[in-house]
Amino acid sequence: MFTLSIVTPEKIFYEGEITSVILPGGEGYLGVLTDHAPLITSIKPGKLTIRDKSQNTLLLAVSFGFFEISANHGTLLVDSAEFASNIDVDRARKAMERARQRLADKAGNIDIPRAERALERARNRIAIAQSRGE
Amino acid sequence: MPALRDVKKRIRSVVSTRQITKAMEMVAAAKLRKAQMKIFQVRPYSEKLDHILQHLSAAASGELSHPFFEKRPVHKQTLVLITSDRGLCGSFNTNLIRRASEWLQDKKPEEVEIVVVGKKAFDFFKRRKWKIAAKYLDWSGNLNYTRAREMVDFLTQRFLNGETDQIVLIYTQFLSTVRYRITEKIYLPVEKPASSEAPTSHFEYIFEPSPEQIFAGLMPRYALTKMITALADSFASEHGTRMIAMGAATKNAGEMIDTLTLQYNKARQAAITKELLEIVSGAEALKG
Repeated sequence: MFTLSIVTPEKIFYEGEITSVILPGGEGYLGVLTDHAPLITSIKPGKLTIRDKSQNTLLLAVSFGFFEISANHGTLLVDSAEFASNIDVDRARKAMERARQRLADKAGNIDIPRAERALERARNRIAIAQSRGE
Repeated sequence: MPALRDVKKRIRSVVSTRQITKAMEMVAAAKLRKAQMKIFQVRPYSEKLDHILQHLSAAASGELSHPFFEKRPVHKQTLVLITSDRGLCGSFNTNLIRRASEWLQDKKPEEVEIVVVGKKAFDFFKRRKWKIAAKYLDWSGNLNYTRAREMVDFLTQRFLNGETDQIVLIYTQFLSTVRYRITEKIYLPVEKPASSEAPTSHFEYIFEPSPEQIFAGLMPRYALTKMITALADSFASEHGTRMIAMGAATKNAGEMIDTLTLQYNKARQAAITKELLEIVSGAEALKG
């Protein structure tokens, strides 16, 4: 077992003892177990799967950020995190539409990387919401 | 002895002033609570970010590089001054503006530009010789992440384009409801965290992807977090100071009402005594 804390700019989102976590790393998904070697990785929007100490599986959508682990202390710093069960699919759909529109228009001074990031975030949230089985 | 009616009028006006200052005190107290919450919310994120940055630089000191660290000879400077939008908060803005003026004293107008946050700073600097590069007004004491991001984007772009070599931030650090500290610090370039500061982190870290790429993602967030912290602190200080100032004003108004009421009663008594005296002496004269 090791400790994991998920911290967003708004609050400490999660803190607890867990047995494993699967993270959407910058180079692809990776699993982290107890006594993992010290690691720092970037995080892409994706699905976070936590198995806590009583073997419950928690499913989360996370956005861009970083993960660091050393001496069985894991810290996940992300712009936003959300439990799969709390995702508002309608809102995510709307955000996706907005981002698509902005990319399609290409008019004026839109911030393309930003719109792309927004699109990626929205797509990720929808995918995770659907994977919770509804 | 002032006329009875005048004293009465003054009492009424002071009473209504007290009502206003009392209400403002309460509003400031509520806003302060909210602002303090914001500080506590950002703090863990900011601390963890520092932590990761430190580990990263301790573990990869040789390869550490990012444009935000780049120290150039300082030809052009940018001053970011965070004040409030509204007054009635004691010496809060005066102190900040004085500090900024002190900083500007030995600077040349063509080498300095100012970014103002809050109307008070703008009102002061708009008629002066300094160039205002950008203004961010009307926050109404609430931290707005989108606007903070816009501001940080603007500042970092200016720094990266070489339009400015150093960005200095003057804001108030929130210590407690009654205390704040005016703080001046270099916002950009970012000081490299000394690797000796993290003696506990003698781990051989695995980086995924390379440290450079992690840095590239980390530094903008670092800059944003630092600015949000500064803004949150400033807003909390503003509300705290306003609460204290308005509390003092309410107290003073109360004291004033007491003295005026005393004055009013004295005047009333004097008038009654005078009237009685007149009646008595009139009666005495009639007896004659």
